[in-house]
Amino acid sequence: MSPVFYILAAITIAGGLAAILLKHLIHAALAVTVAFAGMALLFLQLDAQFVGFAQILVYIGAVAILIVFAILLTRGAELPKEGVFSKTWLAGLAIAAGVFAVIGWAVLQSIDAVPQRNAAPAVAVRDIGNALVGRYVLPLEIVGLLLTSATIGAVIVAMHERERAR
Amino acid sequence: MTAFPSPLVGYLLVAAALFAIGLAGALVRRNAIMVLIGIELMLNSANLNLIAFWRFGLHPQALTGMMFAIFSIAVAAAEAAVGLGLVISIYRHTGTTELDKVNRLKG
Repeated sequence: MSPVFYILAAITIAGGLAAILLKHLIHAALAVTVAFAGMALLFLQLDAQFVGFAQILVYIGAVAILIVFAILLTRGAELPKEGVFSKTWLAGLAIAAGVFAVIGWAVLQSIDAVPQRNAAPAVAVRDIGNALVGRYVLPLEIVGLLLTSATIGAVIVAMHERERAR
Repeated sequence: MTAFPSPLVGYLLVAAALFAIGLAGALVRRNAIMVLIGIELMLNSANLNLIAFWRFGLHPQALTGMMFAIFSIAVAAAEAAVGLGLVISIYRHTGTTELDKVNRLKG
């Protein structure tokens, strides 16, 4: 484990924690952007350059902007009077802590079983492109269809409704 | 710096921590947009697991984990678009994005 990993992990987890703890939605959106960036750097650290840059393009470039737009369109920048945390926050926190405990226990139990290969995989972007239009061409087409229908669906759902006669 | 016997374990623990953080965000916050942010964090941590297993797994040339992560990122983008569109639509109907107040099935 290199020190770079520890720094990146700390940045990512700090960004995620700040995102769910900060009161203002805009601050939370910026913090989650930090978490997305840390995740992209972790991908680069894992020798997955293509996925790392796709993460930067999709999450920081699109999803974060989309979240900020949604906050502005719903006047989410105003703080609610009742506080930002729900009434059942203790139960939610307990569930999340329990899930982390179970996953962490499972990971630590399987230390001897996980693969230990350390050589960096030699995979070029050309290989990824060939795989995308070769073996994975059907999932690629389905994802294209999904993205098209999701875009149309999002536009229809968020479009102004006409006044309906009752 | 070898706190972990295998680097994969470190990545898996980071992914587990981020998943728990995202789950806590989705369960604890009242605003619908924050719930969506929590779900995005959970999806992201699952991607980290996939990439880590691809990197340290046995057959990285097969590109299986990486392809899974790429398609997962695409599906997450579609999910974010539709989810935020729904939040905006709910805001138009009820004038709020606080999930406690959105408790009517009849618009």
